[in-house]
Amino acid sequence: MWFEFLIYILLAIGVFFNILGGVGLLRFPDVYTRLHAGTKCTTFGSIFITGSVILLGLKMWYLGSTDGSVLAIHTAGALVAILLTNPTGAHAIARAAHKSGVKPVGAVVDSLQDKSVKKTVKKKEEEK
Amino acid sequence: MMEFFNEYMIVLIALMICIVMAIIRVVKGPTAPDRIVGLDTINTVVIVGMVVFGAAFNEIIYIDVAIVYALLSFISTLFIAKYLEGGDF
Amino acid sequence: MIAFVITTIICFIIYLLLTTGSGTLGLWSIEEILLGLILSLITGFVTRNIFVKKDLRMLNPVRWIIFVWYVIGPFFVGMAKANFDVAYRVITGKINPGIVKISPDLKTDLGITLLANSITLTPGTLSVDIDEEKNDLYIHWINVKEDVLKGDSVDCKYICGNFDKWIRRIAE
Repeated sequence: MWFEFLIYILLAIGVFFNILGGVGLLRFPDVYTRLHAGTKCTTFGSIFITGSVILLGLKMWYLGSTDGSVLAIHTAGALVAILLTNPTGAHAIARAAHKSGVKPVGAVVDSLQDKSVKKTVKKKEEEK
Repeated sequence: MMEFFNEYMIVLIALMICIVMAIIRVVKGPTAPDRIVGLDTINTVVIVGMVVFGAAFNEIIYIDVAIVYALLSFISTLFIAKYLEGGDF
Repeated sequence: MIAFVITTIICFIIYLLLTTGSGTLGLWSIEEILLGLILSLITGFVTRNIFVKKDLRMLNPVRWIIFVWYVIGPFFVGMAKANFDVAYRVITGKINPGIVKISPDLKTDLGITLLANSITLTPGTLSVDIDEEKNDLYIHWINVKEDVLKGDSVDCKYICGNFDKWIRRIAE
């Protein structure tokens, strides 16, 4: 009984963080802050939801069904895939956004901008 | 498995609300990177949705589909980002 | 040769994990084991130079134990903090963003990849770009503390806590 209760609690936490990610996507003002919401919250929520499915699979395995082992191990594989690919994709999008010229809204400091300005100045001097 | 049916259906509906919010961002998004952020979020939520669907209906094959979808959507995100960045492929 | 053996063994383990529950020999059937062995031999021969570089220090199991402990311990705590931080900023809308530069002084590619992914998933920070010559990282910081902005780069402890020490223990 307490085991099913644990599964429900994990599902509730995961759904809460996923919804929070969606709200953050709508409320934040520019690409980088939206990436904060869209990456962190959905990854964290996914950990809890897949964790609850893994617990369900382990319970089925314990009760004697080999389908349970498949459920648990394959879900763990999907979780590893999410954990590896999500931050890397966010990094790629942030880099592409900065290179295509989107400025962070209300930025206090932008070291990367200074660096790219320096690089273009150097390139122009070399061309001369 | 039927006793889990209702609870997992509620989870799926909540994930659908999340997808709808991301779709609003994809439609509204002022710049192209905004739209990709929305797409990336949709991909993650769809993967989790497939896992939950597989658990709800006790169909193992959906989870294999989720793993393959995760890897392929990652590659598509990388390619769109590379295209926006400009330069040579 | 050793690269071929390592790649084959890892492929075989992954194949076995993905085909549990198929038969009576333990959890597997004899056909699945034979087919997996043949496929992983072919894959190991083709990709032997891609997966394993000259550096063999990740063969040490102590590094893997530290890595697992890092993921379920400090990394998970940092991720939970990050999510409550984002929740607070979603609800109140207070942000003070900026892009800063840090010099974590890591040398291997694996180390810098682990650090960049850890930074992306932990409180208020997102890795934007990397300087490939000096291994400097450019970080989008959602709540810049203006009193630490002295000089060219920001001290690592304000951005990533003590993650760089853990990663130096894992990957270097």
